[in-house]
This record gives sequence, C-alpha cells and structure tokens, in this order.
Amino acid sequence: MSSTPRTLLDKIWDAHVVCTPPGELPLLYVDRHLVHEVTSPQAFEGLRLAGRRVRRPDATFATPDHNIPTTDRRLPIADPISKQQIDTLRNNCLEFGVRLFDLGDADQGIVHVIGPELGITQPGMTIVCGDSHTATHGALGALAFGIGTSEVEHVLATQTLRQAKPKSLELRVEGSLHPGVTAKDLVLYLIGKLSTEGGTGHVIEYTGPCIRRLGMEERMTVCNMSIEAGARAGMIAPDQITFDYLRGRDYAPRNFDRAVAEWERLPGDPGAVFDRVEIFQGGDVVPQVTWGTNPAQVVGIDATVPDPTAFGDPNERESGSRALDYMGLKGGTKIVDIPLDRVFIGSCTNSRIEDLRAAASVVRGYRVAPTVHAMVVPGSGRVKRQAEQEGLDRVFRDAGFEWREAGCSMCLGMNPDTLTPGQRCASTSNRNFEGRQGKGGRTHLVSPAMAAAAAVTGHFTDIRHWLYR
Amino acid sequence: MQSFVTHTGIVASLDRANVDTDQIIPKQFLKRIERTGFGQFLFFDWRFLPDGAPNPDFELNRPIVAGASVLLARRNFGCGSSREHAPWALADYGFKVVIAPTFADIFFNNCFQNGMVPIRLPEADVEELFRRTRAAEAAGGPYRLHVDLPSCNVSDDAGFSRSFTVDPFRKRCLLEGLDDIGLSLQHVDKIAAWEAAHAALAGE
Ligand code: SF4
Repeated sequence: MSSTPRTLLDKIWDAHVVCTPPGELPLLYVDRHLVHEVTSPQAFEGLRLAGRRVRRPDATFATPDHNIPTTDRRLPIADPISKQQIDTLRNNCLEFGVRLFDLGDADQGIVHVIGPELGITQPGMTIVCGDSHTATHGALGALAFGIGTSEVEHVLATQTLRQAKPKSLELRVEGSLHPGVTAKDLVLYLIGKLSTEGGTGHVIEYTGPCIRRLGMEERMTVCNMSIEAGARAGMIAPDQITFDYLRGRDYAPRNFDRAVAEWERLPGDPGAVFDRVEIFQGGDVVPQVTWGTNPAQVVGIDATVPDPTAFGDPNERESGSRALDYMGLKGGTKIVDIPLDRVFIGSCTNSRIEDLRAAASVVRGYRVAPTVHAMVVPGSGRVKRQAEQEGLDRVFRDAGFEWREAGCSMCLGMNPDTLTPGQRCASTSNRNFEGRQGKGGRTHLVSPAMAAAAAVTGHFTDIRHWLYR
Repeated sequence: MQSFVTHTGIVASLDRANVDTDQIIPKQFLKRIERTGFGQFLFFDWRFLPDGAPNPDFELNRPIVAGASVLLARRNFGCGSSREHAPWALADYGFKVVIAPTFADIFFNNCFQNGMVPIRLPEADVEELFRRTRAAEAAGGPYRLHVDLPSCNVSDDAGFSRSFTVDPFRKRCLLEGLDDIGLSLQHVDKIAAWEAAHAALAGE
C-alpha cells in the first residue's frame, strides 16, 4: 500500500487492477455485473459463437426492465419484438446460469433500483452494466459505470474490463438545501453549471456537508445523473447512512460488521488530491425545471425560458434555438406559465419509496388537473408493495393518477408508455432528449414533488409555496 | 473485429453539438437481438419525415454526401445512453471515421469495438474542416479526407494535415483487428489469482 493519500476512486481502482500488461490497458476486475434485456442479447450471442462461458454467473444479475409493459403482468406481452427480447434474456440466463429477476418475480424492477435494494450493490465494489445510469450505484461508495455491449461480452467472458483510469473530479457542495429543494434539483443545478460534457473523462466524487446530509435514496438520485454531465461515474463515500441502509438486505455480506470495518477504510485520505475540484453552495439551489433538449438546459422555477440568441457560445446558441423550436417554447416565457399534458413519476432517478412518498404528500387531498394525464411507475416490485402497504397507491389513484407495474416505462418509451407528438410532460426521469419519451414529445425534467404539483395545477408550480393537505 | 489501417472517404458534416445516442438510433430500434442491420435506422427521426419519405433538409440526405464514410460533428458527440446500437448503426450505414472536438466516453470506447475510428481534433481544426467541406460542396464536389492510422494523421489533398492521438492499445487492436476478449483471456491466470486473493475478503 502506498503512503500517498488516496481518494475513494484511487482506493477502489488500485484494489481492482488485475494487471497492466506491457503496451495494453489495465484489466480492471468487475465485482458485480448487472444485465438487462436491451444491451445483452448480442453479448450472449457473441459468447455462444466463440464457445465461451460466463466466468462469474454468481456475480452476474439480470432483470428485464426497459422493454416491458407496466400494465397487468398476467396478460401476454403484445409487442412480439419486445417479447422476443425478454424471452431471449430468459433463455440466455438459463443457458449461462445467471440469476434472473424475471417478470413476475417479486424482486423484478429497474436494474438500478433493485441493485441497491437487494444489497447487491456494496461499498468498494466495481459494478458495471450495459446502461449509462449505472453511476447510480456509486451512491453507496462503489465505482459503477455504464459500458457498451461489446464490453458486456468482455465482462461476461473475463469478469474484467479494459479501462484507462479516469480522472477525478470533486464536486463539493457546501451548506444545505432549502425546504422543498430536493436531490433532483441539486443534481440538475450541478449539471446546468457543469454542462453536459463538463464531467467527460472524469469520475465525480460528490463531497461536502450538503451531500453528507442526503439520505441514501437521495444520493442515488444525485449519482444517477452524473452521466448527464458527461461523467464516467459518480460516487459518494460510504458512511453510517450507507451502512444502515445496507444492513439486513438480501445480498448484504453475512458477516456484516466485518464488512463495515472494511468499508470504513474507503473514504478518501486527508490530503488526497483530485484532478479537479468545483465548489457549489447548496443554499443557491431552487427547484429546477429543464426547458430544452439536454439536461444542462435548466433554470429555476422562478425564472423564465432563456433567450438563446443572447448566449455567448455559438454551439450553445445553436442548440438552444433548436431546442426551443423543438420544445415549442419562446424565450421570456415564465416557467410557471408552461402548461402540461402529461406527468410521469418514475425511472431509475426518482422511482424509489422516498420519491413516491414525496410525490404522494403533495398530491394528498388534491385531484389531477382535468387537462393532465398522470402516471406513477414504481421502480421495483418491492417499491410498489411498500407503497401499497403505506397506502400511497390510494393517494395517487384517488387523485386520478395511474398506478403501474415496475419498469423503465416512459423514461424512454420502449414499451407502450409514450408521449404523442407535441405532448408536453413533466417527468422525474433523467433525459429530455428529442423524442426520448416518444417521437415529438416534449420533456421537462423535475423532482417528484414538482411533478406532483404540476399534475395537480396543470402547469409548473413552485413547490416551495405548496399548501400540503 | 474488423481491422482499420487507412481510409479515404467522403465527408458528411453534421453541424450540431451534443448529438446524443437517442438521435443516432432511436429507442424503437433497440429491440432487435442482432448486431447488424441498424444502418437503415440511423438518425431515423431526423432522416425521415412522418410519412417515411427522406427528409430533404437533413444533412445526410443531400445527394452530394451519398456514400459518405467520414462523419464530421460538433462537441460531445454520442452523449447519453450507452447503447452500442449507435456505433453499430453508424458503421452499418458506412461510416468508418467520426471526427469531433469531443466525444462522450462510452460512445468513444464503443467505436473501437466496431472497427470505427473516433478522432478528436481541436475545435479550430474541426471548424476548418467544416469550412473546407462547405467550400468543396459549394464548388460542386464532395469533400474527402484521408485517415492514416499507423501515423495517426488526417489529411485532405489541399494541404490540411493534422495528427491525432489514439491510445496505443486501442490502435494496435484496430490495426490488427484483434479479438480483445481473446487477448484478455491470455491473462486468465492473473484473473484467477486476483479472484483467489479476494475470495477471503468477500466475506462469503
Ligand atoms: S429508467 Fe430510464 S434511464 Fe433508468 S435504466 Fe431505465 S431507461 Fe435507462
């Protein structure tokens, strides 16, 4: 062990480099490999063609989430191509001995929701998945990032990945968040400051008192969106909040106290140096709403839609104008004056129990505006059952929300849950790209509480002034 | 994997920043379980009108760039989703090279797995290439670039010549068309040794 002070990233990296053969990139050991139906079929097929096996089926976990219907699970899947992809995952898991949380399994859900929830995700681990929001798992102090399908195949076959060590970026958030301001608002604010490529080539470690105060699920929301700032991964050093969250979960270490003793050594050493440091104030953050077609195109709820022609950077000017055109908005419009057609509460960013509680507390005693079609899609079967035990489903249904089965749903609209052209949606998901939720659909990213308030009033509403019933 | 040594081809320019992989290949085409055949869906929502006819306003639909194999783009190309369907679609459409000032990390890595070279050039050089592309097209012909991977050079026949950097390992894999899984499996003894050393730590 070297005596140079090391960051959390350094420690996890050093512990996982299997070897760096001369003239080659390091081989990084992968502790947990999460697999879903969309980015894995070609990888399993590659294994089959080469006569290879899955090296660590015991460290590989699969679930269908992207493509699945969120309506009644007892009905057959209507789309034959979706069905084929889900069947293919099932057959591949059977053939290669991989644990599958299948449709109908009580623990099925969005891969980034069930990993932490089942305790599969643990501090100090390297975790990969053929999905860019794998950074979510970094909230527990893991190094977790998204990979392409060829790399999925590489990990299946070798349990390692060829990786150059990324640079480190400390995002320090001082102070604390004001009431009504959530982890989602914080991360949208940070992306707005960093830009969509500000984190490229870096792993972000979120530090500072504002981050330490966040609960486990709020930390997941923050780390989840690291990719939207271009970062390879996002992570938060584990602490008592992390350990308390993990204790007793299905896949948590059996000798938990010994594991905690190991995990306590993970946080960066005093004096450890990051390649880059940026400092922000939690108190500066207000509830955020995106106005454009990338997550960095974001403003506070009390602001107006910006006028891109006034932007200094020509790229930003061009993409801002194109975005307003697509979004059907004009510079100068007050954010609170933007009316909505749809509200989507769900996705790996904001579909956990605390998200649903926050949204339900806003909705309680109100009705969804007659002009709005609103739905809640829990992140996992467990979240759904927990919410139902707490009566949250009733709160949502009574208000006029649809209450669905777990999956990615309208976060990317690969299943039947999509926007129609021109529809405007307040969404708790992570991407407002053109067509993301359906061709021609217009997505505004917000927190669960802000989405809930917008569903009730029919337009964006400052949650800080909400009258809770 | 398909190897890449040198390539000369027609340049198609896409003058937009932050082109995300949702645009490169929209989600409705991710349900296929094959690696091939994605080129027909490349930039689908931009490339085709609602009635299915090619959108005459979309850059790649201009007759002058027919058969293009070098894509010239702006900052942060390939951001968003990790879907390797994006490089699959670009490669299947016929692109061998993508040039931009910056790329998103996952997309950048995915290119190498598919015999495609992503080239990062300084913003001013990319601007110059946009200028030269426009000038060549205004003069009636497509613009062509030549990429030489062994010397890491990109050039045209009118004096533009720049070097670019590629990780030496990625370069070797491209030049030799190596199966990188096979290469990694040569170190299987080290992988096994790592596993043995860490089995105790895992607490199981
Ligand atoms: S919820 Fe959305 S962002 Fe998350 S894994 Fe599913 S599709 Fe990807």
